[in-house]
Amino acid sequence: MSSNKPTSLPVQRPSPPPYVEVGRWAKLWADIKRNRVSYYLLAPFLLLFTFFTILPILTSIGLSFTYYNIIEAPRFVGLSNYRLLFVDDDIFLKAVGITLKFAFVTGPIGYIMAFLLAWAISQIPQKYRFFYTLCFYTPSITSAVAMSVVWLYLFAGDRKGLFNHWLIELGILDEPYLFLQNVDSIVPVIIIVSLWMSMGIGFLAFLAGLQNVPKELYEAGAIDGVRYRWQELVYITLPAVKPQLLFGAVMQVVFSLQVFDVSMQLVGMPSPLYAGHTILAHLYDYAFIRFEMGYASAIAVVLFFLMLGLNRLIFRFLGGD
Amino acid sequence: MAKAFKKRKVDVGSVFLYTFLTGLGLLMLAPLVYMASTAVKPVSELFLFPPRFFPINPTLINFRDLLLITGTSFVPFSRYIFNSVIVTGGIVTLGVLISCMAAYPLAKHDMPFKNTIFSLIVTALMFSPMVLQIPQYLMISQSGLMNTYFAMILPYLAAPIGIFLMIQFLKQIPDSLLESARLDGASEWKILWAIIVPLLKPAIATFALLSFIQAWNDPYPAMMYTTKEELKSLPLAIQSISGGAGVVARVGTSAAASFLMIVPTIIVFIVTQRMVLQTMAHSGLK
Repeated sequence: MSSNKPTSLPVQRPSPPPYVEVGRWAKLWADIKRNRVSYYLLAPFLLLFTFFTILPILTSIGLSFTYYNIIEAPRFVGLSNYRLLFVDDDIFLKAVGITLKFAFVTGPIGYIMAFLLAWAISQIPQKYRFFYTLCFYTPSITSAVAMSVVWLYLFAGDRKGLFNHWLIELGILDEPYLFLQNVDSIVPVIIIVSLWMSMGIGFLAFLAGLQNVPKELYEAGAIDGVRYRWQELVYITLPAVKPQLLFGAVMQVVFSLQVFDVSMQLVGMPSPLYAGHTILAHLYDYAFIRFEMGYASAIAVVLFFLMLGLNRLIFRFLGGD
Repeated sequence: MAKAFKKRKVDVGSVFLYTFLTGLGLLMLAPLVYMASTAVKPVSELFLFPPRFFPINPTLINFRDLLLITGTSFVPFSRYIFNSVIVTGGIVTLGVLISCMAAYPLAKHDMPFKNTIFSLIVTALMFSPMVLQIPQYLMISQSGLMNTYFAMILPYLAAPIGIFLMIQFLKQIPDSLLESARLDGASEWKILWAIIVPLLKPAIATFALLSFIQAWNDPYPAMMYTTKEELKSLPLAIQSISGGAGVVARVGTSAAASFLMIVPTIIVFIVTQRMVLQTMAHSGLK
């Protein structure tokens, strides 16, 4: 962090060729001084951010090269955590597969659904908007822990489970289906539940962003021959809410790669044959059940690079400014 | 929306839109309604076959059980609520303030290291909070903040999500607006309060809602940073009372507890969304 002590401002004169280097630093320092108000505004955030986010991240990365069980001091083991992770840990590789499968289904579907719903809501008169916002958003403000009461009942494997009951009544099934124990149905069930909860922060950001779009743009569009709603959507709305689209996409990647609570609450930890085991579940297993912090940190670093990679892609599509 | 062609399309398009939205909305709401109905079901109906969606004889016995269990512990139930309110209130108000102050220069000023700081924030967004807990715990305990409200508030104030959200919204605000304020002689501090904050209200409301939900539902800070019972928060208390998810014997009580947890979040949601919708009506952005 660049503090700005009230030292004297270096005089800015056209610097002679031999002192180019000095001139650059002086210029930077002058820049910093000129913008000191900006830094004052940033200071509280940066202080807390450094202390509680940056330092812990660096510590975690450091720990990923050690064996650390919380009680003894960390012991440096080089890359062996990573080697173990990628070569010997079959369950981890399986978890990566499940997480990616999950992310590639819920990610795009949840994102597009959130945007289309927000857009549809912004099309209706203001007095009705609130009700629909409430309908779609409330699921995501409930915690997975709280809702497991309901889901466990709906998907229960005996004929008392609501879905089994209905499916048997309708004659689709002859006998109860073990939704939460059957290896084939675990991932789909988790996907359904997370989609239900996925109208989160992205949805709200879209909704607020859509309402910030200047009305003149639509009027100008109408004059320029925009005729249908979908034309309006493609040519006017989408470009105008680009910042929110980027935000929503980044959050979607972060959230869909972090699915864990739902899986743990519904199918337990570990799940049958590890069929619902995600990267984060693996991390939790090693960090808070086996207390192998070094190994857990290595998992976190891998997850981090996965997110970083996917988000680089997103920034390439939606970023720019 | 241009009114000219809205009138023409009112028939088919709107009917379809409303039907679709209402249907899907009710479907999304159904599990919640089911939870609320479970919370008021008497024991005799909890495991009824065939299963029923709505209770026949609604009762408040589950709530009474919940309060009775907690009434016998040595810290009164209201203390948990008080702690949760203090911690959540602190995180939301201070967090919003800090994020606003930081987002404005990052989005609208041109200064050295700006891009570095911004990419650090975006990067931090992607690091799993779960691994950060251990180093964060070490920092808190080393700095002697254990067993204070600060320990439960400070680590959650510098939220990368909030700042990222606000920066993205600030990008929608035209620079010319700030430029003209500067020409009129407004200081940066004045610009922040008189122009940025009112225009940023949708983002502020959104972030306040989000951080409220997170802080309210999160049992970890109380679990990790306190050792005294009188500093524990509501979610931790409820978690330990209801015996965790999937415990059959207390389905009703646990639904009642979940219900109690969710009600405040819904109220905050209603309040903040009102704010968002109202801001639109007279926003300076035209």
